[in-house]
Amino acid sequence: MISLNSIHKSYAMGSNSLHVLKGINLEIEQGEFVSIMGSSGSGKSTLLNILGILDNYDEGSYHLNGTLIKNMSEKQAAKLRNELLGFVFQSFNLISFKNAMENVALPLYYQGVSRKKRNIIALEYLDKMGLLEWANHLPSEMSGGQKQRVAIARSLISKPKIIFADEPTGALDSVTSIEVMEILKEINKEGITLIIVTHEHDIAAMTHKIIRVE
Amino acid sequence: MFDIDKWQEIFATIKKNKMRTFLTGFSVAWGIFMLMILLGSGNGLSNGVASNFMNDAVNAMWIWTGKTTIAYEGMKTGRTIQFHNADQEIIKKVPGIGAVSGRYFMGNTRYSYNKESGEYTTITCQPELIQVENLVMEEGRFINQIDVMQNRKVVVIGADMKTALFKDSTAIGEYVNVNNVPFKVVGVCTEPGSTRNRNAYMPLSTAQMIFNGSNRLHNLALTINAETLDESQAIEDQIRNVLGRQYKFDPKDESAIGLYNKLENYIQTMRIFQAIKIFIWIIGIGTLIAGIVGVSNIMLIVVKERTKEIGIRKAIGASPSSVIGLILLDAIMITTVAGYIGLVMGTGLMEMINYFMLQSADAASAAAANGGQQGESVFLNPTVDFNIAVSATLLLIVAGAIAGYIPAKRAASIKPIEALRDE
Repeated sequence: MISLNSIHKSYAMGSNSLHVLKGINLEIEQGEFVSIMGSSGSGKSTLLNILGILDNYDEGSYHLNGTLIKNMSEKQAAKLRNELLGFVFQSFNLISFKNAMENVALPLYYQGVSRKKRNIIALEYLDKMGLLEWANHLPSEMSGGQKQRVAIARSLISKPKIIFADEPTGALDSVTSIEVMEILKEINKEGITLIIVTHEHDIAAMTHKIIRVE
Repeated sequence: MFDIDKWQEIFATIKKNKMRTFLTGFSVAWGIFMLMILLGSGNGLSNGVASNFMNDAVNAMWIWTGKTTIAYEGMKTGRTIQFHNADQEIIKKVPGIGAVSGRYFMGNTRYSYNKESGEYTTITCQPELIQVENLVMEEGRFINQIDVMQNRKVVVIGADMKTALFKDSTAIGEYVNVNNVPFKVVGVCTEPGSTRNRNAYMPLSTAQMIFNGSNRLHNLALTINAETLDESQAIEDQIRNVLGRQYKFDPKDESAIGLYNKLENYIQTMRIFQAIKIFIWIIGIGTLIAGIVGVSNIMLIVVKERTKEIGIRKAIGASPSSVIGLILLDAIMITTVAGYIGLVMGTGLMEMINYFMLQSADAASAAAANGGQQGESVFLNPTVDFNIAVSATLLLIVAGAIAGYIPAKRAASIKPIEALRDE
């Protein structure tokens, strides 16, 4: 599913550059539940962004689902992200002026699904997350856990093969964190590959495989 | 472009961002509104003055007599000049002269019909006067050449005289007594731009025969065929030369005859209005530029403000073109609607002003009919050329689109993760 071969990535920091990823090799199979761990600044988020085609890399090769991801145009990348990938972020990244249902439905808008149809599907996914009554609420009216569940519903609605979660529990208390992790586990059971970045050992322990980035 | 879902997405965005929408819209609407008011006022002022000129023929000229102030060919100063019938023919021979009519005024002539009577001014003239003064025939006809040749006892009365003497009954064909001499009414006329139509017109030849028996004239009214200021001044000089030879006065003697050249006045006034129009356009263009800068500014802020949203949209699969489309159509939507609102409000206000001006002009003329003075409006039809209004709106829309396109394109082409980091 995912195959990385000596990936290098550095950031230009003024005159000198910061070499973040130094030759990463990685294989992830379909249906795996993987966590990426490492101290802050170790480049674990950078790795996840490269995997999610949200960022590019300097050297090496990255094959996603058999396709080489390199120097891809934004248009192609957008299409791949839309059809294959789902994202869950630490800061939720919901659109503030759209209600929960509209936020969940948004990926289907970019697939060209009609408004009526995608809103019905969005309600189904919100129901799965136990948020049906919150469908017409704005993100600002919801708690962190609820927002993260909306974000998860949004990542699921396009039926992706892989879901990337960058510190999905980072902004949540421990009880809610466990709830969110349970939801992610359920998703993984349905056959979706899950890759999460975390710095919490108990969260990482709930996954099947831990990748450490130094 | 006509994807309904896309428009729904845009409307949803506009609806949820009322403040931003209002600010963008306001700067556009205000720019267009001010432009409409500026251009409308300019047009109104210039139309008003132009229409006041149109009360008489634009190329009209009046000549009257005075006293000499320069000794000439052995004659003393202080001599009174008197025009005679023959002068009409002399003037006609000057190149560039159109219609000529001598006039003799008879003040306080008594007009009576049945039991009604009143005193009015009688202007005795030639048929050509109608061309010089742009008289409007309400009924019947003006004095014609046959009336003059046959010394017919006919009279054209002003509309107010008709109302006073004849009330609602027909005046044409009736006989009125003018200083106890019966005259047949052949026409009823009004003077354009005037609210008092209390003058009567009769053939010069008839009046001279019946009332004063001489060949004297008070003044000469004529039209000239000149295009430029120089041409009309050359004609003026010619007239002074010709009349100077006839009555032996120095052509440079400004007091011997008085001369009012309307064309000269008209050309000069129109030049001033040309300058005012240019001035208004400069201010108008300045207003437009301010509007363009305002829209551009807001668009820059809008894109900056929406960078994170753009990142989110891209992360879940929005292509760069769809992101640019979203921002641009949003901007174009708002500027178009706001521009239209500004257009309607500006035009509406000018129409309202026009309406009240007309109302007050009516009121003034009602007052004038009771013996007040003539009411002339200096503000007429203050409207803006539709094409100019639409072009100005389009210009703002295009400027808004360009101002939005550049940052939108940049935001859409950066990596989504950079956009997401933007707080």
